[in-house]
Amino acid sequence: MNYKMVGRIVALTLLVEAAFLLPPLALCLADGEGGVALAFLASIGVILLAAGALWLLSRGRRPGFYAREGLVCVALCWVAMSLLGCLPFVFSGQIPNYIDALFEIVSGFTTTGSSILPEVESLSRGILYWRSFSHWLGGMGVLVFLLALVPLASRSEGYALHLMRAESPGPSVGKLVPRLKQTAAILYGIYFLLTVLNVAFLLAGGMPWFDALCTAYGTAGTGGFATRNDSMASFSPYLQNVCTVFMMLFGVNFGCYYLLLLRRFADFFGDEEVRLYFGIAAGSTVLIALNLRGRYATVEETVRHAAFQVSSIMTTTGFASTDFDRWPSFSKSILLCLMIVGACAGSTGGGLKCSRVLLLGKTLRRDLLQLLHPRRVQAVRINGRAVDERIVAQTNAYLAVYVLIAAVSFMLISLDGFSLTTNFSAVLSCFNNIGPGLDSVGPAANFGGYSALSKLVLIFDMLAGRLEIFPMLALFSPTAWRRG
Amino acid sequence: MRILIAGDGKVGATLTRQLSAEGHDLILIDSNQAVLESSEEQYDVLTVRGNCASMSVLREAGVQRADLLIAATSTDEMNLLCCLTAHGLNPALSTIARIRDPEYLGQVSEMRELFGLSLAVNPEKQAALEISRLIEYPGFLKRDTFAKSRSEIVELRLDADSRLCGLALSQLPHTLHCQVLVCAVLRDGCAVMPGGDFVLRAEDRIFVTADAENLSLLLKNLGVLPRRARRALIAGGGRVGYYLAQKLLTQGVGVKVVERSAARCEEFARLLPEADVLHGDASSRTLLESEGLGRSDALVTLTGMDELNIILSLYGIGRGVPQVITKLGRAENLQMLSGLHLGSVVCPKELCCSTIVRYVRAMQNQVGAALTVHSIADGQAEAVEFLADGTTLHCGEPLRSIRLRPNVLIAGIARGAQTEIPNGSSCFYSGDTLIVVTGRETVLRGLNDIFN
Repeated sequence: MNYKMVGRIVALTLLVEAAFLLPPLALCLADGEGGVALAFLASIGVILLAAGALWLLSRGRRPGFYAREGLVCVALCWVAMSLLGCLPFVFSGQIPNYIDALFEIVSGFTTTGSSILPEVESLSRGILYWRSFSHWLGGMGVLVFLLALVPLASRSEGYALHLMRAESPGPSVGKLVPRLKQTAAILYGIYFLLTVLNVAFLLAGGMPWFDALCTAYGTAGTGGFATRNDSMASFSPYLQNVCTVFMMLFGVNFGCYYLLLLRRFADFFGDEEVRLYFGIAAGSTVLIALNLRGRYATVEETVRHAAFQVSSIMTTTGFASTDFDRWPSFSKSILLCLMIVGACAGSTGGGLKCSRVLLLGKTLRRDLLQLLHPRRVQAVRINGRAVDERIVAQTNAYLAVYVLIAAVSFMLISLDGFSLTTNFSAVLSCFNNIGPGLDSVGPAANFGGYSALSKLVLIFDMLAGRLEIFPMLALFSPTAWRRG
Repeated sequence: MRILIAGDGKVGATLTRQLSAEGHDLILIDSNQAVLESSEEQYDVLTVRGNCASMSVLREAGVQRADLLIAATSTDEMNLLCCLTAHGLNPALSTIARIRDPEYLGQVSEMRELFGLSLAVNPEKQAALEISRLIEYPGFLKRDTFAKSRSEIVELRLDADSRLCGLALSQLPHTLHCQVLVCAVLRDGCAVMPGGDFVLRAEDRIFVTADAENLSLLLKNLGVLPRRARRALIAGGGRVGYYLAQKLLTQGVGVKVVERSAARCEEFARLLPEADVLHGDASSRTLLESEGLGRSDALVTLTGMDELNIILSLYGIGRGVPQVITKLGRAENLQMLSGLHLGSVVCPKELCCSTIVRYVRAMQNQVGAALTVHSIADGQAEAVEFLADGTTLHCGEPLRSIRLRPNVLIAGIARGAQTEIPNGSSCFYSGDTLIVVTGRETVLRGLNDIFN
């Protein structure tokens, strides 16, 4: 374990975080909220101190950075960022309990959007901004941001790929262009452009600029923190539709957008994952709309709410245009399933990812055929290419670990005595980085009622879900910490 | 530049390291996922898995937007097909193929024309040439040529009885009665850029700039007896052995080749009737002794196993063979061997890579960029060749008045057919070729970078 190298990267991450605390600080000053501004200032001070200490400790580092360092480093960066990123909430007194504040910021960085706050409209705008901006930063990943800006490795070395692999979601993370720095820059470029576009559409619909900015951050990172207590319900149908479309857009693999930029349209529209993603979304919307008929005044409203909830849950954003906890069981069951499916690999969304679902489905089909014809030899193919058997095996292992962690978390938080639906949906919602669950953690409720232990379990779930489990598990492996 | 490398073997990996360090965008193509992954983790490159002669794979690798394709897979035919296909997809593409089968040797230039290759490289042939050049002047461990072969940097090891031991560098011209410039010294595994008061001692490996025509004079002045090699013993009758034997025979050196495989021996004897071909195991001491190892002027170990080559070379040195040359397949092993007195070491794959890297540099054709770069002193220093032109600073000023960066030395000025060994009063003019020696950590992007 190359501690000094890891320390230097964590220090850099914290510097980025400190830099991004400046806009909310400015916002507080502009609003004349001196107390909150002071809280931000103090937080920046603490973060800079921590970063400085790490910087000094990491002097005289030597090269040598492998998969092990990559996994541990990414997990540590996220933990450090969360532990310190929640300080503004605590210092400003708006979320005085440290565990609650930690839950809130982890929910932000992991683009979950689960909140422990019963109401948000009384919060200072700086706090709201930071809450929403954490989605944007966490969506594409702070290390990818770092990779796009700073040459972490000397120019010829490829080890920074370990960082990108560990932070970016999906079964097999690859580069778009030969240089990692450029790849990261392209990803962030697309991300930034889409966000700007989203803000423009929201402003065009008459949304105030502060809400537009925060909503766009929440949509882009597929996070789900809103600026109003009823999430998106009180906004106009136009604004809700804009959200639906952009949530879907941010759930698409960003590598595919690069194909569009290269004018390889056939490759984009022929991509099996993209097809499955839009197919599932369309199918679920139709089924829910049929199930909901008669519940809303017009067909337009029914379809609008169905489509909004489907894209919100499937992309793991977690906005709500209506309280879907009051929907019939069939619709709620579909939403629960969508929670697990999640968005595309390489997007900002969470969940199991469409590409894994696709791979698992195809593997299942092949294995069944092999049971019937034991001598049959067949490769699993996606987009016409045989998938490496190792990736198939890894995907199966991922599913197994996924189920295991979900089950253990479910049992642990059941100690608090909430209903089965509440606990089950709470775990799924946090683990898949969605936000609201059902019943006592539904869109109209919050996670504030859970005990500190349950909150810590859910915090772990959120981080594990965002980083695709293995980096977080690596933290608990003694061999990862061994020197040398 | 955007460069495709087909075949991620030893040559491919070495090229990846060098070209990626020079800031090119690299895309590696190989059919083996494992080697691609290891390259991707070590270097900042993109990898594509598949057959490098397949159009879809080449398209996926972005052949349309590439500037250069280097085909270095294990088979010549694959390399050629890969270059041909890629050329068809992108006529503006430059292609380099590794072609090493001796049967194609005579037709390489025709093939280059026919298939539109920019360059065909043959590592084994190059290695054989290099070895024959070393045999030509026994006493030099390594020779690097500059300025279109007009000047060289040669490497020597100082023995305990050498007359140079205990001398300061400033005394050298006086003692040797000729201009000598020691541009680097490798002592205890570390490269030093020596100053005038640096005192040489036994076991130092020194790097000396010399005019190509005065090499034998230099050897004589250094106290090494230039004795032409007359009998060379070659262990291993592979491709390098064949090329080397051919070359040595034309130079009038008697050649004995020991080869283990009977079929290979027969083929060798058929192709080169003048050579003595011996069927037997080169690792057998009695065979070597009975064939007169002790009386040979040179021993060249070229078997397929690095370990065996090293053992044989050490034995040859112990038996007092004046010149011993070892072939190494894996260049990485060189660093592990720095403690052994192995004589000269030649690594065909390294040679091939440096040829390609030189070609890539020439392709870029930047004003003031390096013409050639040779790594010397076990890779700890670089000798770089620059062409001075109108934009070069300090033209016509005596060197003593020019302030150079630390760890930078002008080791030679080639003008016309002459190479001047520079001293304080030398100066260079536009049109001269300058040989500059630097420590490896100093990166020179252009000639003007050497000035402080």
